[in-house]
Amino acid sequence: MSEKQIRVLVAKPGLDGHDRGAKVIARALRDAGMEVIYSGLRQTPEQIVAAAVQEDVDVVAMSLLSGAHNHLFPKVVKLLAEEGSEDVLVLGGGVIPDADIPYLKENGIAEVFTPGTPTGKVIEYIKNNVRQA
Amino acid sequence: MYDKEKLKEISLSKEEWEKGQVAKTLSRFKERKENFETTSGITVERLYTPLENQDTDYMKDLGMPGEYPYTRGVQPTMYRGRFWTMRQYAGFATAEDSNKRYRYLLDQGQTGLSVAFDLPTQIGYDSDAEIAQGEIGKVGVAIDTLQDMETLFNQIPLDKVSTSMTINAPASVLLAMYIAVAEKQGVTPDKLQGTIQNDILKEYAARGTYIYPPEPSMRLITNIFEFCSKNVPNWNTISISGYHIREAGSTAAQEVAFTLADGIAYVDAAIKAGLDVDGFAGRLSFFFNAHNDLLEEVAKFRVARRLWAKIMRERFGAKNPRSWMLRFHTQTGGSTLTAQQPENNIVRVAIQTLAAVLGGTQSLHTNSKDEALALPSEESVRIALRTQQIVAYESGVCDTIDPLAGSYYVESLTNEIEKKALEYIEKIDALGGAAKAIEQGYIQKEIADSSYAYQKEVEANERIVVGMNKFQVEEKPIEGLLRVDPSVGEAQVKKLKALKESRDNVAVKSKLSVLREAAKTDANLMPYILDAVRVYASEGEICDVMREIFGEYRPVEIL
Repeated sequence: MSEKQIRVLVAKPGLDGHDRGAKVIARALRDAGMEVIYSGLRQTPEQIVAAAVQEDVDVVAMSLLSGAHNHLFPKVVKLLAEEGSEDVLVLGGGVIPDADIPYLKENGIAEVFTPGTPTGKVIEYIKNNVRQA
Repeated sequence: MYDKEKLKEISLSKEEWEKGQVAKTLSRFKERKENFETTSGITVERLYTPLENQDTDYMKDLGMPGEYPYTRGVQPTMYRGRFWTMRQYAGFATAEDSNKRYRYLLDQGQTGLSVAFDLPTQIGYDSDAEIAQGEIGKVGVAIDTLQDMETLFNQIPLDKVSTSMTINAPASVLLAMYIAVAEKQGVTPDKLQGTIQNDILKEYAARGTYIYPPEPSMRLITNIFEFCSKNVPNWNTISISGYHIREAGSTAAQEVAFTLADGIAYVDAAIKAGLDVDGFAGRLSFFFNAHNDLLEEVAKFRVARRLWAKIMRERFGAKNPRSWMLRFHTQTGGSTLTAQQPENNIVRVAIQTLAAVLGGTQSLHTNSKDEALALPSEESVRIALRTQQIVAYESGVCDTIDPLAGSYYVESLTNEIEKKALEYIEKIDALGGAAKAIEQGYIQKEIADSSYAYQKEVEANERIVVGMNKFQVEEKPIEGLLRVDPSVGEAQVKKLKALKESRDNVAVKSKLSVLREAAKTDANLMPYILDAVRVYASEGEICDVMREIFGEYRPVEIL
């Protein structure tokens, strides 16, 4: 029996327009056999969570390069919990200083991937940590 | 350009060399790679000779600096006259903080200002908007009203500096604020020098700070062209940008092709709006990236000049030589910087600086070593500026014009990139122009394909990025990164609230309603926007009025 396909929402929260990383990750996850939904730019945490619930995803992978990660990433985790979707794996990536990572992890971001991370590492992380029903 | 007999001689001798010396060496040592290619996918031969350039017609293809087709440069003396403008893109937190950084940079010998705005400002939201929270002052300075702009340029004489502003969708509003600050300093608009980016097409295709749909956006752009040609004649009304297209992952050839295709769309729109091509074309400026493949980059800059000159003269029938000239700003490649071993970035930036200078840039921003990690610290900005100064004062490359011209390789590469760029431009023409090609997602898809192909090459170690996929070391977390305190946002919101209470709100309301009516007609909106900023209407309020009338852009998402 084949495994259930992992469903991922790749999302761009906030006003940041840098989507090169998000698009590369989206394609790499798709090439790795996952089903990928890309949110497009300028999504509020509410929009991201609504899409995650509606699409019934296993993973939300957010990319942000503007420095607003401490404000936006934890909000998504909180809203997911309010929707009863706390088992969705939430990941962050982008220009994120090392010093901010402990705060993000305390607030439910499972892992944070910084510049130079090979896509293979993200794929492996998702496969090992996804919590599928 | 070469004697036929001599070429035959070279051809025979090259063939012999390949069969003899080269074959012998290859039988013992293979070359490092089977195929050598530039980032644009152009095959790089083992050796270039006059044979690869035999069709070159010197006067037609290269000419003299300051003369058509400007392949060798736009000025007759280039850097023998004066160096390029050293212009570091800067801005963060509040107007006070940014003003301090500008005055520091001017003290350090920088010769022009370049303003970075935060994302809410770039997308036409005030700092008190819900969607702005978390972003205030992060990637640039927060500007809500004329009051912030007055603080930003406090003690900076606007008749003495030239200022570049990276502002696109709301460019009309920020330009109006700049003019209004100058008025308060007693400086008339005709004395102002600078540039607004004002390039909406690349925002749709690569950078993301759009507000309105293409049609009203193009109208605002042509309004600015017209207004400035009459009132701010020394202002560069647009900076048609390949920089962000390249950062989003395009190749060098795509960068030049998509940028010039955008340029064609702006010229078309302005002519359609009834403007005379020679009345505005001289104030168009360009903005390119400089990456690590030094010689390909130099060739790219030379192609951009040559191709634009031909487009303006042949396609648009421009008569004034100034309209044929492609003048450009360069920024070194942010996406080439690594978070790993950030000191290595200083070397990358030095190579990219050389590329820009050997390519004949008019102004340059050099990135700082820590930009893959955060906004640059003061120390790293200084090193970046010093890199330009070392190339200018110590390297000797500025003492003669276009020193790489005549290199068999560089001239051949120039021709090859031109060919590739022309193919793209023809394709885009066939799709109905750049705006249509973007609406159909064509340009975005091309860029995304190149970016993904590059990433796969890096991950397969076919492309080496030193310190990242080879020559790694164990590293400690970097210290001393610049952080923007979250209290900056709260303070900015408070300041805006106080201003909204103290200003003449009757005047604000009246100016905004006049603007709303004008937006419904085909009037030039610049005078109305200027009237609104003068009474301290906020950027968000002005942009909201136009949102009501123009609607908002809804992108197509291309993966």
